[in-house]
Amino acid sequence: MRVNFTVNGRPQEADDVWEGESLLYVLRERLGLPGSKNACEQGECGSCTVRLDGVPVCSCLVAAGQAEGRDVVTVEGLADFAKQRAEGGCASGACGTTLQDAQQWKAKGTDSQTGEGTELSPIQQAFIDAGAVQCGFCTPGLLVASDELLERNPNPSDADIREALSGNLCRCTGYEKIMDAVRLAAARQSEEV
Amino acid sequence: MDFLRPASWEEALAAKAEHPTAVPIAGGTDVMVEINFDHRRPEYLLDLNRIGDLTEWEVGEESVRLGASVPYTRIMENLRAELPGLALASHTVASPQIRNRGGVGGNLGTASPAGDAHPALLAAGAEVEAESAARGTRLIPIDDFYTGVKRNALQPDELIRAVHVKKADGPQQYSKVGTRNAMVIAVCAFGLALHPETRTVRTGIGSAAPTPVRAKAAEEFLNAALEEGGFWDNGKIITPSVAKQFAELCSGGCNPIDDVRGTASYRRHAVGVMARRTLTWTWESYRGARRASEGAA
Ligand SMILES: Cc1cc2nc3c(=O)[nH]c(=O)nc-3n(C[C@H](O)[C@H](O)[C@H](O)COP(=O)(O)OP(=O)(O)OC[C@H]3O[C@@H](n4cnc5c(N)ncnc54)[C@H](O)[C@@H]3O)c2cc1C
Ligand code: FES
Ligand code: FES
Repeated sequence: MRVNFTVNGRPQEADDVWEGESLLYVLRERLGLPGSKNACEQGECGSCTVRLDGVPVCSCLVAAGQAEGRDVVTVEGLADFAKQRAEGGCASGACGTTLQDAQQWKAKGTDSQTGEGTELSPIQQAFIDAGAVQCGFCTPGLLVASDELLERNPNPSDADIREALSGNLCRCTGYEKIMDAVRLAAARQSEEV
Repeated sequence: MDFLRPASWEEALAAKAEHPTAVPIAGGTDVMVEINFDHRRPEYLLDLNRIGDLTEWEVGEESVRLGASVPYTRIMENLRAELPGLALASHTVASPQIRNRGGVGGNLGTASPAGDAHPALLAAGAEVEAESAARGTRLIPIDDFYTGVKRNALQPDELIRAVHVKKADGPQQYSKVGTRNAMVIAVCAFGLALHPETRTVRTGIGSAAPTPVRAKAAEEFLNAALEEGGFWDNGKIITPSVAKQFAELCSGGCNPIDDVRGTASYRRHAVGVMARRTLTWTWESYRGARRASEGAA
């Protein structure tokens, strides 16, 4: 079957989708967006977290057909998504991230250590600055979940952060640096306003 | 496989009547796991996400009519006052991502003995609104809904439209044993609701019998003991011996198995502990509310 939906603000079309396929599979294998990770395929790890009509979900547990006509944001579009949110909407009418840009998106820029030279969302920059990334497998899901937390709750308590990230597993960094990253992003966000 | 995408409830019922083997998919948090792991290859998937009514709820005089697909997150955020037991139970389900998708209709569809909604529904009192194109609507009392391990009273052509849950008329609690606070399928669980209007107590036990069950003998004992001691009127603390016997009868109401999550004897013990604690918590809160209203009067 064919699935038409919006990915990172741009209309996309996936063809030859098997009816039992997950949204995660469509994103990775049909659209070539490998940012959302596949680790468990059973909702346990959160590394496949995306926004579905704004709501954080495990894309491995959404049937592709259920995404028809809906709006998905993946980690590849997070920087543009956060920018647009900060600017209060899309002024130019050409916002979002094209499929090609999303496919080629890297956090590297000119300096892979600091992320300099790339447009990063505040939460992405905070993860780099706080050293919250080791192997990086859990990172996309954590970024999408943390970004949504800060959108909803700009000044989260530690308990709020733990709760919001309780569906995301990290097997290398340990959660302290991840907590630091979210606190850092929250602090920077509140300085700005 | 075919993906059926009804745009309305009537279309969904018609599709289910035409294809009784079609597997409904709401949040997908049970169905997709089975498909991803090739445990299930349904001929038809029947997507319920397009049916807006299923994510709505109405607060009535006596009960809340909760649409089958209202996500747990919405229950926690919006129905804490009306359905405290179910809201607490919802909060223990998995993670935010799962709670944003999964709901009570799916929990009832799966009818796992470990499903967290069940003890809360049993304790509060509820009816499942099931409907088929051929026979229309029927209300299934929650006590008759669970018919075996992962079996329920639905007919092949029926869908769950909503659950009518009695609004709380007193304190309710939900307690669950597991290895951490998030992402835990219950080793066992216990729901308790005080119903001061009818002067009764209702319970629900999860993961400690082939189906979710009420501890009926324990309820009867406690109802009689509370009545006899005039507890509802005098608001005294529950006598330790009464709480102890209630806990023992709750343990006795279990019929657990040994499995990877825990042994049968551990489950029986833990259910007793949770029964005593939830009784104490709810009773203390009942006493507190009584004192407050007397103070105000
Ligand atoms: C990682 C993970 C952790 C979990 N942790 C918990 C937990 O802690 N506690 C818990 O209780 N559950 C847990 N679950 C299980 C699951 O999230 C719940 O059972 C949830 O309530 C299912 O709801 P759903 O809408 O996603 O159901 P779906 O997966 O869409 O459907 C579940 C079943 O119900 C049927 N169904 C759905 N809607 C209807 C309807 N309207 N009429 C008739 N049949 C219907 C489906 O055909 C299917 O058989 C967990 C699942 C995962 C993946
Ligand atoms: S891959 Fe989806 S939660 Fe692990
Ligand atoms: S950085 Fe390796 S899993 Fe989190």
